Amino acid sequence: MLQEEEDLSLTIAHIVQKLKGSRLYSQLERQAWVSLQKPEIKLESLKEDIKEFFRITGWEKKLQNAVYSELTVFPLPRHPAAPPEHLKEPLVYMRKAQGSWEKRILKSLNSMCTELSIPLARKRPVVEQKELLNKWNEMGTDEPDLSLFRPVYAPKDFLEVLINLRNPNYENGDHLNLRTHLGLIQVPLKVKYISELKDYFIELSLNTGQLGIDDATQVPPELFENEHVRLGQKVLAEQDSAAAQQYVRQGSPTALRAELWALILNVSNQPEDLLYYEQLKSNVIQHDLLVDSLIYKDVKLTASNDDYYFVFEDYLYQVLLCFSRDTSVLGHFAYNSASPPKSYIRGVIPFHGFSMYVAPLCFLYHEPSKLYQIFREMYVRFFFRLHSISSHHSGIVSLCFLFETLLQTHLPQLFYHLREIGAQPLRISFKWMVRAFSGYLATDQLLLLWDRILGYNSLEILAVLAAAVFAFRAVNLMEVTSLAAAEAVLADLSTLKVMPLLQIFLFATVT
Amino acid sequence: MSRVQVPCHIKGAVALQVGDVRTVQGRPGVLVIDVTFPTAGPIELQEITFKNYYTAFLSIRVRQPGSPNKWITCLRDYCLMPNPHNEEGAQDYVSLYKHQMLCDMEKVLELRLILRQPSPLWLNFTLEDLQFFQHGPQSPSSAFTKWLSHPAPYEQPALLLQQALPDPDKVSSEVQQMWMLTEMIRANRTTARIGRFDVSCPAASAFSPLALTWPGLTSSVCVTGGWLL
Repeated sequence: MLQEEEDLSLTIAHIVQKLKGSRLYSQLERQAWVSLQKPEIKLESLKEDIKEFFRITGWEKKLQNAVYSELTVFPLPRHPAAPPEHLKEPLVYMRKAQGSWEKRILKSLNSMCTELSIPLARKRPVVEQKELLNKWNEMGTDEPDLSLFRPVYAPKDFLEVLINLRNPNYENGDHLNLRTHLGLIQVPLKVKYISELKDYFIELSLNTGQLGIDDATQVPPELFENEHVRLGQKVLAEQDSAAAQQYVRQGSPTALRAELWALILNVSNQPEDLLYYEQLKSNVIQHDLLVDSLIYKDVKLTASNDDYYFVFEDYLYQVLLCFSRDTSVLGHFAYNSASPPKSYIRGVIPFHGFSMYVAPLCFLYHEPSKLYQIFREMYVRFFFRLHSISSHHSGIVSLCFLFETLLQTHLPQLFYHLREIGAQPLRISFKWMVRAFSGYLATDQLLLLWDRILGYNSLEILAVLAAAVFAFRAVNLMEVTSLAAAEAVLADLSTLKVMPLLQIFLFATVT
Repeated sequence: MSRVQVPCHIKGAVALQVGDVRTVQGRPGVLVIDVTFPTAGPIELQEITFKNYYTAFLSIRVRQPGSPNKWITCLRDYCLMPNPHNEEGAQDYVSLYKHQMLCDMEKVLELRLILRQPSPLWLNFTLEDLQFFQHGPQSPSSAFTKWLSHPAPYEQPALLLQQALPDPDKVSSEVQQMWMLTEMIRANRTTARIGRFDVSCPAASAFSPLALTWPGLTSSVCVTGGWLL
């Protein structure tokens, strides 16, 4: 009991210290001073009266949302003796693997630089700056020569690194024995069993209404949809982050989605945020980074070729070029197992397909600065885990292991068959999970999936969906005889409906 | 709650195994680590901290001066890894406190840590960075700090301005409070970023809010300065 109280006071002290320097703190202070002039505030009960004032005017709600956001995003310091690396990643061998992977990426980037003799960063001449400023809203029309650039790495390179991940204290053995995992991932991480997943995703169960299932045209809207939309409007009126997060687990109506996501991510349209975005924009105009060319190349290769997202090409440039210069993103490296490179590129190095994280958000937000903030929040909460090596339960290694475990447990024949023909299932589903299914599903289905990611604050649903897709196409997959044929069966996911697949796999499969 | 580390002598881990160590296949699942305190006498143990390395369960037995030949169990099968086959908890930093123990730790001569790892998957298991702490001396009375954290309420100097000169004692106490406030702000460094208005000099940021909140004071200070000259 004593220990829990101590932990609680440590948590409170930690959050108070975090919030003390924020804009919200100074706003609250200013509001408190202003409230002193009101007649309701009496000197004898000053503290209670000001608290009541905050409650009535909605400032308490804002503070609650800020505290909730801190609790969700930042892991609390676990033990006083634990060094900061331990907070990033507790397992030493994973830290080492991540470190060597980063060295490899940086080496590849540097060699590309020297090969093409392009500087990592340079200041733009004034003429070029003016030109870029004029063309800011239509950078897609620019056709720079990017033929010599190649993406720094692709998801399949990263998969090879994960396959070779080994715990030195684990008995792997040279020969196949009972302890070798049949899948590609050979580290024994903790993943949830299907019974635990059923409890965790209880709001997706068969007897709870879902958007994505119960809003189909055949279902009369009075049964679920109307009430759900009314509830959504109430949640938005209350401006409560935690309630919004709970609400979105059953899906979010299209009209309310943009505001709900902004509420959950605690992103508000303050003039300071607009100013910050403008500052980043001026940084882009003044300096040209090598990473910019990589971003251009990535957008041209992926989003511009996609039927759904090519219209947003200009937005993608506006967001990603600013993102590569945003130093506030560096804050997330405290709990990310990765570290920023100690060179000019102080940030995230994009890989092939990175722009697909931003593309679906363009459907929701049309103002570049709001789009930018939402993407940045989504990245520092979720997407960074999809391309760094860590033992976190939402990290890509755990997701891969969860996928393989689910498939082996529930579709053992299929798993064995695919393994025998040399088509390990993870080789096909890895690219889906790394991109959070962006670019593979239809956009409305993707947004329903991302609703649940925000609602449960975890990426495990990606692994469950990947297993559910394999379960759905199991009959066809049992008949294939090669990896190429298996990939062909699973090439097109754009006709799939996400929520029925998840429900059937979790709640309606006979085990 | 202050604590002082106790120097200890940790003997190497001894594996317990059934049968002959050389011929039997398989790795031991039980290790015993003995800890003595050669310099201090029987100590009052407050806290034990260590870094786990793939140990699943920990038991601790102590030998006390009351009954020197008997080992008393003070912690039984404390779970460090919820699932011995998984990596969860495998490399965590752990602290064990006096109130978690089954017996009192007033006088401890020797400790015996019994580590168990039933899973055959791991090649080695142990505890690293073992440290033992006892109660430290009480921190000095915090009367001074109380004054810093609960400043006297600011009094309106409006009446003073109407008189010829302000009361010097009053002004000097207010100057003291002003100094104390700057100390408080300097000590209250936060980890949050201020953004583009990053100020590197803490004193500069300390004085600007003061000028806003103590307008009457600055004028009375100037008056005092003139009187002193």
